[in-house]
Amino acid sequence: MASTPPSAATPRGNQPKVVWWNDRRYRAILYQVLVLGGVFLLGWYLVNNTLTNLASRDIATGLGFLEREAGFDVSESPIEYSPADTYFRVLVVGVLNTLKVSIIGIILATIIGVIAGVARLSSNWLIAKFATFYVEGLRNVPVLLQLFFWYSLITEGLPSPRQAFNPITGVFLSNRGFGIPVPDWGGTMTAMLVALAAGILAAWGIARWARRRQEQTGQIFPSFRIGLALIIGLPLLAWLIGGAPTAMDAPELKGFNFQGGATLSPEFAALLIGLVFYTGTYIAEIVRGGILAVSHGQTEAGLALGLRKSLVMRLILLPQALRVIIPPLTSQYLNLTKNSSLAVAIGYPDLVSVANTSINQTGQAIEGVAIIMLVYLTVSLSISAFMNWYNRRIELKGGR
Amino acid sequence: MTRRTETPGEISAREEEPTHVSLPPPKAPATTPLMAFDWAKKNLFSNIPNTILTLLCVWLLWETIPPLINWVLLSAVWSGGDPAICKAAEGACWAFIAEKHRFMLFGLYPFDEHWRPLLATALFVAVLATSCNPQFWRPWLLGLWAAMLVVCGTLMWGGVFGMTFVENARWGGLPLTLILSVVGIICSFPLAILLALGRRSDMPGIRAVCIGFIEFVRGVPLISVLFMASVMFPLFLPEGMTIDKLLRAQVGIIIFTAAYLAEAIRGGLQAIPQGQYEAADALGLTYWKKTYFIILPQALKISIPPIVNQFISMFKDTSLVIIIGLFDLLTTAKTALTDPPWRAFYVEAYLFAALIYWVFSFFMSRYSQYLERRLETGHRR
Repeated sequence: MASTPPSAATPRGNQPKVVWWNDRRYRAILYQVLVLGGVFLLGWYLVNNTLTNLASRDIATGLGFLEREAGFDVSESPIEYSPADTYFRVLVVGVLNTLKVSIIGIILATIIGVIAGVARLSSNWLIAKFATFYVEGLRNVPVLLQLFFWYSLITEGLPSPRQAFNPITGVFLSNRGFGIPVPDWGGTMTAMLVALAAGILAAWGIARWARRRQEQTGQIFPSFRIGLALIIGLPLLAWLIGGAPTAMDAPELKGFNFQGGATLSPEFAALLIGLVFYTGTYIAEIVRGGILAVSHGQTEAGLALGLRKSLVMRLILLPQALRVIIPPLTSQYLNLTKNSSLAVAIGYPDLVSVANTSINQTGQAIEGVAIIMLVYLTVSLSISAFMNWYNRRIELKGGR
Repeated sequence: MTRRTETPGEISAREEEPTHVSLPPPKAPATTPLMAFDWAKKNLFSNIPNTILTLLCVWLLWETIPPLINWVLLSAVWSGGDPAICKAAEGACWAFIAEKHRFMLFGLYPFDEHWRPLLATALFVAVLATSCNPQFWRPWLLGLWAAMLVVCGTLMWGGVFGMTFVENARWGGLPLTLILSVVGIICSFPLAILLALGRRSDMPGIRAVCIGFIEFVRGVPLISVLFMASVMFPLFLPEGMTIDKLLRAQVGIIIFTAAYLAEAIRGGLQAIPQGQYEAADALGLTYWKKTYFIILPQALKISIPPIVNQFISMFKDTSLVIIIGLFDLLTTAKTALTDPPWRAFYVEAYLFAALIYWVFSFFMSRYSQYLERRLETGHRR
């Protein structure tokens, strides 16, 4: 139309007037109010439904059941427990059992994973193929299936305690679990543990001192060897002072089962073996990737500087490989801990298993599931907080 | 916040170059007619520790391979539905698989209608195989998938074209495992994209909701999400409304996968140079146009390997539905073993199920490595 103003009517630089719903800042606030409001409404709707349902089904609510008597037994417990104890105590037993299998599992999976990861890179063709076979074979099969397999293998494949399979003196493998001899050294054992802790502490202190001295004066101190000697030597010394005891508490067949020594229940053994071999495959890949991520030029540069091969490994390769390895390794540790909840499928009394029984007995599903989630969340978030701190500490300074 | 790297599956595929950890093998002398000898000397007997390790491996193979071949092939019982024959033989009892394979593969689905889940599975595998070729990544592929899902749904449910109706409580075995994973990935993918974008948003409210959801779900085990789906969902719904067990498990799997996928996609979003965002802004694109045309195509390409890995781990994780009582492949294998005369043949049953899982997962992981090489355009740092 003729009334359309020529373009000169809106000079450049003159900000066109924006109505408020086209303004970015107001829009952002609007979107957020909408999303938060939607989340809040959904939550309110679900809570409302739940309360109505709970009331109509006559289900008790609240954490009062924790005080009541649990009335069921668990097959193994690191602390004293009887069916007369409270639900709270049985849940604590569950948490401790979860932590027990997770911690032992993490240590063993790391060992197996590092060995397999390095073996896959070996210059020995057969060793590399063996490791590849292990990693590719087990990683692509669900861990639950592996747990069932190991559990069946132990409970049905192994002989009864009377004909227990006896590979090494004192070690018994039967369908009632594994019997392992443990050192029966009384007070010497405690002394050795104290000595070990002291050794680690001393080695750490010496390494710190040696590094500071080297930075200031350039003098090198063999802190690694001395530290290693302290860590091994102090417990050995404690053992010698304690009279070098050699007594072992070996399992013995009494009646239908073994007495004495340490016994691993079939459930614990199956869970541990399954988790360790499964997680080991992932750790192997992480270790392999980490080692490959450090370019070969780093080694050559280190050697060109005149460093010894072991020093190149320790000062140049490992710190860089670890920077790549540590973050995914942590998430594998978390995965192992979370996968330990599969214990419920083979009857190891971990947290999920005892919480499940509690839910079935009390009908308080919401509280039970909330407790499970809360415990795992606490573990996961604290480990990831620690890892974030660690990552910040080791990340490249100055770069982005 | 420092990024937590999640590698559920594969470390990126790299050429296996000789590593600097072990001593580099000495240069082979000039080629002689004895190539095999040279190769063995270089790769198996390069120094004394290697020689010892090689001999150890050979001894181990010598001890394990002949009995294994004997068990799997030579002494195995292949047919005949009699457990007594299997018990007497010292080899594997493949007769057990022959007897029970239909139950293991299709669960409680009506026996006479097994051709339907079989056809649906075959159709699915065919479409999946087609989608593997990046040349076919055209809009019509989406149509093909939609058609396949409709046809598979019709086949599974029936009730039309003279097929009897089969309620989904009777679905089981391999089709159920595939349904749970495929529907899981299809539904969780858009959700994951939204979550990943929300986590990168500069609006604190939206960011907080997304971070809260992702970190919460990633912090708890899948089994607790499945428990929640099976015992708590019924309480969440208004009175009188119920959803069946399969759908509840499916929702649990979708929620769980979405959180992990979101992290995989966020990794891709973070890898895009800031300049891409700024260039899009400079062109005056709106947020959604910028995201759809500039950011997501690049981010998703980078995230394909972790996405495929997530798919693999979800495929394996569907086996957890056994705990809430669905008849997936693992459940049917385990249930087949409860038949008393066949109880002793758990190795065969688990091997059978494991082999199916393995084939699917292994090819997916190989495929992700192939894609990574193929899509490498040299932009990545």
